[in-house]
Amino acid sequence: MRYLPHTDEEIRDMLQVVGAADLDGLFASIPRNCRRSGDMDLPEAMSEWDLNRHMNHLAAATAATPEYRIFMGAGSYDHFIPAATTYLMGRSEFSTAYTPYQPEISQGTLQAIYEYQTFITRLLGLDVANASMYDGASALAEALLMAIRITKRRKVAVSTAVHPLYRKVAATYLSPAEFDIVEIPYGSDGRTDLGGLGNPADFAAVAVQSPNFFGCIEDLQALGQAIHGDPKTLMVTCFSEPLAYGLLKSPGSCGADIACGEGQSFGIPRSFGGPGLGIFAARRQFVRSMPGRLVGQTVDKDGKRGFVLTLATREQHIRRERATSNICSNQGLCLTNAIIYLASLGGSGIRALARLNHDKAEYLKAALKKAGVAVPFESPTFNEFVVQFPPGFADTHARLLAKKIVAGLPLGAYYKELADHYLLCATETCTAEDLDRLVKEVTS
Amino acid sequence: MNEPAGTTGLVFNEPLLWEKGAPGRCGVSLPQRDVPASPLDSALTGDAPDFPDLSEIDVIRHFTRLSQWNFGVDSGMYPLGSCTMKYNPKTNERQAALAGFCGAHPLMPESLAQGVLKIMFELQQYLAEITGMHAVTLQPAAGSQGELTGMMLFAAYHRSQGAPRKKIIIPDSAHGTNPASAALCGFKPVAVKSDENGLLSPQAVKAVMDTDTAGIMITNPNTLGLFEEHIRQVADIVHAKGGLVYGDGANMNAIMGIVDMAQTGFDAMHLNLHKTFSTPHGGGGPGSGPVCVTRALEPFLPVPRVLEAGGRYTLSDDFPQSIGKLHAFYGNFGILIRAYSYIRSMGAANLKKASQLAVLNANYIKERLKGTYHLAYDRPCMHECVFSDKYQEAHHVTTLDIAKRLMEYGFHPPTIYFPLVVHGAIMIEPTETECRQDIDRFIEAMQAIAREAEESPELLHAAPRIPKVRRLDETLAARKPCLAG
Repeated sequence: MRYLPHTDEEIRDMLQVVGAADLDGLFASIPRNCRRSGDMDLPEAMSEWDLNRHMNHLAAATAATPEYRIFMGAGSYDHFIPAATTYLMGRSEFSTAYTPYQPEISQGTLQAIYEYQTFITRLLGLDVANASMYDGASALAEALLMAIRITKRRKVAVSTAVHPLYRKVAATYLSPAEFDIVEIPYGSDGRTDLGGLGNPADFAAVAVQSPNFFGCIEDLQALGQAIHGDPKTLMVTCFSEPLAYGLLKSPGSCGADIACGEGQSFGIPRSFGGPGLGIFAARRQFVRSMPGRLVGQTVDKDGKRGFVLTLATREQHIRRERATSNICSNQGLCLTNAIIYLASLGGSGIRALARLNHDKAEYLKAALKKAGVAVPFESPTFNEFVVQFPPGFADTHARLLAKKIVAGLPLGAYYKELADHYLLCATETCTAEDLDRLVKEVTS
Repeated sequence: MNEPAGTTGLVFNEPLLWEKGAPGRCGVSLPQRDVPASPLDSALTGDAPDFPDLSEIDVIRHFTRLSQWNFGVDSGMYPLGSCTMKYNPKTNERQAALAGFCGAHPLMPESLAQGVLKIMFELQQYLAEITGMHAVTLQPAAGSQGELTGMMLFAAYHRSQGAPRKKIIIPDSAHGTNPASAALCGFKPVAVKSDENGLLSPQAVKAVMDTDTAGIMITNPNTLGLFEEHIRQVADIVHAKGGLVYGDGANMNAIMGIVDMAQTGFDAMHLNLHKTFSTPHGGGGPGSGPVCVTRALEPFLPVPRVLEAGGRYTLSDDFPQSIGKLHAFYGNFGILIRAYSYIRSMGAANLKKASQLAVLNANYIKERLKGTYHLAYDRPCMHECVFSDKYQEAHHVTTLDIAKRLMEYGFHPPTIYFPLVVHGAIMIEPTETECRQDIDRFIEAMQAIAREAEESPELLHAAPRIPKVRRLDETLAARKPCLAG
């Protein structure tokens, strides 16, 4: 086996040094009653050639872009990934390194994280960003837990226009310690309706998403004012499509105390939902309550600029059960992916790309409206929006799969009241021709 | 020892991203606009983020230079204890990059996702077989999220028995994630000390185990690299009081094909695919922390679960006792592909041999270095061995100095100052993928450093001088945090 370099002779020599008769002899300290009775029952080892064939076959049994036209976002977006990004991600000095606990020989990872943290603070209009969480959903859960720690209140409010799967994860995280989540409804315009919130002082945090799960851009400024009716209540804004902030007002500028969400859009392949990137940023005053790793700038013995992991006394390896989170491994390589992609886009590029996404979706929306499809929510949207197809559209949706078109995500499974509603997405990867064809197919 | 492996080459300085570039440059090819511009309410729009504009070559050079300041497994031996820095096979990367996997949307209809679901289903079966456990969830994104899942399963189990419990027993040698994960679940950690052999003592567990204790978290082999020889008695004590046993499988690389984890008394355990199953660590992640459980805990596993019937694979949420969901979708699927590819490349015999050679290499290092460095527990070890700086203290040389000097010999330092139960710990895990010559060179470097500690300790105190930067001022970083530019 090519990953096991020892020859039989080397094994014999080394066993002699160790004083064991054979390889089994190395395990003498393991009691009999803990041992396996027979060999593991696993498929025979494959040659690399056979493995390639096997995996090609499995990959072919999965529908993927560009062969399929998948007009579906909902937390996982089809954006073009430049060859230069993929190429740099192949640098194994990044991928085969561990967490940068030895900073002198990890400056590449550390500077990349520092640059990522900086870009995220600039994107979201906040002061500090951490070195990633697992995904958008756990980032939201950790943001709510952080607000509970800061305010010492046991209840949070979360908009039902937040991604339903993120809400499910948040509920899972908050339930063992019996923290309460109150759901806030969305209004007929598809935006969060804070009308029934009551006294914000009852809540550690109020969490909204923008663009929200329906693609609607929330009026964050107005929401922020309502939430900060109690100055202690934290405004948590999350997102599944951060590219929108190339165009929109940043959450920080609208009053968000914590902004968090999924960063898969930043050059990371969809990969059936993971690995993605949990983005997490907050105001400076909360930095010591933040979960996750942080990289800071410092100097070396000769006064030269360098970077280290810092403020680690928040973390589990120091603080153990009093840590701000249990997170250890994060999504380091994915944040490297994101900073490479964002550096390639630049400030002008992200603006242009965000605009293009918005305009493609508007083009599709207008064409569908013109063809008589109902667009129930009137709020402005970014690159996703909800449509209501006539009853029985499920058959058309299924029929289009055979034509290699996925005509959006059916929402009935997530919102009972939204049967026959579909969430459609158009990014820069859709040509006008693709969009015209979709309109034709769904209305014929 | 001939010349040390570490040397200086042409290393470039490279500024921060925003210290280079020029407004108007762009490093990506934006698609041609084929739709009209559509206005958006200016009350919602803001200024473009303040990112520098760079060309493609600016970006390529920047990150190529940064990568050259890093040490990875592909650069050299990385004997970082408890982290299993084994070789990351390149074929795994090839498989994960296949268009059908990379371009797969997580919410596609099941009929279009049969290939990816089959990988998940089969990987669950392989991991169940390797551990001896009954059922598996692949959802946790890392080991610590696996631990959290395990603690949630324990809480759900006890609730289903009508008797929620408040405490959890955790040995003092445990990873910090153990108590942190338990605390997130509202459990109060109760520490037990290891005995004079570095092992968990049944008496110590018996003394604290009661009917208000949900169970115990055990790392086996433990963080001293020792197999917990009394694991069955400990499990029996916990089970007798209605408790459950959680296994931190971070060190599974020592015992694949050798130990049946269900037989040792584990009710639930996680695996770190980024350790035992060869997926790259990525400078901190992404990892993957599947949780394997007994039949009794299966109803509580996170949803959705991958099911198979007649060769068709489906995702099901229909498990009313489930704890819920840990990840927006199904976990770090791209990492699962790599682990699947590894297991299919290795087969049962090679996985077992990997464990045997990992243990051989650690014992070999232990035997050859034990006169030179103080060995915390002089017993046969598993996949790692723990020394300390006790012999070097007299020369005012610390574990940190030894670690920094090792860099100049071309090795990544071992894990240092962990486990906490050994003062000045030096925790060495060579893994099975290092060849004899490299292991010998590492041993010789450690011996040379021990001599230097006596004869010229200033070499150690000044180390490292070869890397891009020298020792960094961590106190300054923490006292005046500068976390963004």
